[in-house]
Amino acid sequence: MRLSELGIGDRGVVIGITPGAVTDEAAIDHAELERRLLEMGFVEGARFQVLHEGLIGRDPIAIRLDDMRVALRRREARAVTVDCTAMDMAAQ
Amino acid sequence: MSDAARATAPRIALVGNPNSGKTALFNALTGARQKVANYPGVTVERKAGTVTTPAGHKALILDLPGTYSLRARSPDEAVTRDVVLGRFPGEEPPDVIACVADATNLRLVLRLALELKQVGRPLLLVLNMFDIAERQGIRIDLDGLSRALNVPVVTTVAVRKRGLDALLRKLDELSAQGVHGATAWREPSAAEIRAAHRDSERIMREFVKPPLRPDTWTGRLDSVLLHPVAGTLILLVILFLMFQAVFSWATPVMDLIDAGFTWLGTLVAEYLPDGLLRSFIADGLIAGVGSVVVFLPQIMVLFFFIILLEDFGYMARAAFLMDRLMGAAGLHGRAFIPLLSSFACAIPGIMAARVIDNKRDRLTTILVAPLTTCSARIPVYTLIISAFIPQKLVWGFANLQGLVMFGLYATGIISALLVAFVIRKILWRSASEPFLIELPSYKVPDVTNVLRGVWQRGKIFLRRAGTIIFSLMVVVWFLSSFPGAPEGATGPAIDYSFAGMLGHLIHPLLAPIGFTWQMAVALVPGIAAREVAVGALGTVYAIGGQVGTGTLGAALAASWPLATALSFLTWYVFAPQCLSTLAVVKRETNGWLWPSVMFTYMITLAYIASFIVYHVASALFG
Repeated sequence: MRLSELGIGDRGVVIGITPGAVTDEAAIDHAELERRLLEMGFVEGARFQVLHEGLIGRDPIAIRLDDMRVALRRREARAVTVDCTAMDMAAQ
Repeated sequence: MSDAARATAPRIALVGNPNSGKTALFNALTGARQKVANYPGVTVERKAGTVTTPAGHKALILDLPGTYSLRARSPDEAVTRDVVLGRFPGEEPPDVIACVADATNLRLVLRLALELKQVGRPLLLVLNMFDIAERQGIRIDLDGLSRALNVPVVTTVAVRKRGLDALLRKLDELSAQGVHGATAWREPSAAEIRAAHRDSERIMREFVKPPLRPDTWTGRLDSVLLHPVAGTLILLVILFLMFQAVFSWATPVMDLIDAGFTWLGTLVAEYLPDGLLRSFIADGLIAGVGSVVVFLPQIMVLFFFIILLEDFGYMARAAFLMDRLMGAAGLHGRAFIPLLSSFACAIPGIMAARVIDNKRDRLTTILVAPLTTCSARIPVYTLIISAFIPQKLVWGFANLQGLVMFGLYATGIISALLVAFVIRKILWRSASEPFLIELPSYKVPDVTNVLRGVWQRGKIFLRRAGTIIFSLMVVVWFLSSFPGAPEGATGPAIDYSFAGMLGHLIHPLLAPIGFTWQMAVALVPGIAAREVAVGALGTVYAIGGQVGTGTLGAALAASWPLATALSFLTWYVFAPQCLSTLAVVKRETNGWLWPSVMFTYMITLAYIASFIVYHVASALFG
């Protein structure tokens, strides 16, 4: 599942960064997008919860990522693969 | 290196994530002993200050732009990287790097600290805002953290000036050690970033215990401020109040400055003999500089709000709320702040575009910033509207004059968004930069830091007024004063000057959009700054013998058809009638290419729009 498909309240764990999922033309290449997401804390194992959505097209989204808050567009959120079922295990 | 052998003062570079309180720490350390300038060749601010350490050294502190990584993405971050690595031309490498961290938000900064260690210079980790961490019950094993990172760790509360002595003592120790070794830093790969994250994750788990009383205010405030409907409404209310303040608080001071410069002008006129020198000082220097300095109060009020909201943590939320709207025009959410500033004056707006990482996004923002209605247009708008638009009610509630004013503002905003959209489609057809920002925890802004920031903005603006803008004013004065009127001349003196000649020369070009030759002449000095055209029109019409005892507005109403007035208003929405803006664009983009592009597109747009308005209005109103 991708972070871009989630709505307010959904929570889970980041299981991978797949920048190839962002298929439309971008200003930066896939490797750069991956590094930027990593630097912002989107690493495998990071826990998140979707907190807010924008007014138009429910975009962008604001999420709690581990202990910080991050905002991004759904377009880039496609690159973040998540697991929403592993949450209970990770919470233990 | 021994103390005696030290040739220069130790240099300390402050590096950290955005919102780490780095600038507050810089202010606490250096107080008033700081200097803000530009790094040569780039338009990134160089903030440097001095502090005397316990060992008696006069240390130089550099406040570097905030970053998450040494891998630079924006011009600001490139400066941080190059200064830290000692690669920046003309900038000595730092003797000590102080990595400043928000003690309540350590995860990302620990990775940055690991990256900074590879630089091979003495490194110190400063846990700032330590009082907030303590209040939240975050337990940090300082010794353990220091051992795990192999870096000394100190704690500070910058806004309360706590922990500064201990920090300075550590800096003394570290700068006495000298450089550890050669730089091992290179751009990390994705795998290396992941590995560093795992290291910092392990350190976090071992030495930092999560808060017992986590901050719940940020979440509670966000549930209102980021609410899709309520949040957007609140943003609009904040903007409304901000503009009210910009225009109402600043007006008395602006009137005072205006009166001051007028008084200075008359004083000079009284004591200097009539002639060139008097004209140069009174009309060139005093009037020229005065016409720019008069905007200082508005700029300071505007920046007071911007810095206050930024320090509070709201600006990232504003970017979040506006992102989709700006994105539709091909702009970045962060372009919102520069465009907002442009309502006071395009110059601080263009300067504020530095916050945008991507070069193309930044250029697009700079190119459209002058289309938003700056306050220099207001004198022109009010003159023409009060002279030509009747004071009457339409639709039962709206004042027609106010409606026209609103229409001019709306035209400015809409055309800025449309032009941004077109630029993106024509100039660079790529999709936009990712929007990926941290939403910092809300913090009570520190008054001293806010006021210091406002003061610095004001100084930067004045420095520009004192250099670029001032020299342009002198050129315009020269064009409008030479050659002087011949003996027995009947027309206004400006008519015989180079400006007058230019005006007559370009008049045939402007006739199709309904401009009179007097307007063409007034446009020449009016290129210096928009509001100067009002004064210039006054000169041309007053001395042109067409004004009796009536005001300028009445004189214009008597000699222009309505279509001409509307065409003139339209011209002012689009035309690049501001040399200062073009000069600042040249400075910000390092060359003449972008100011030329800006001038060309704006004047083309102005001509086409005025042509249409003039002919449509002529057909409608005769």
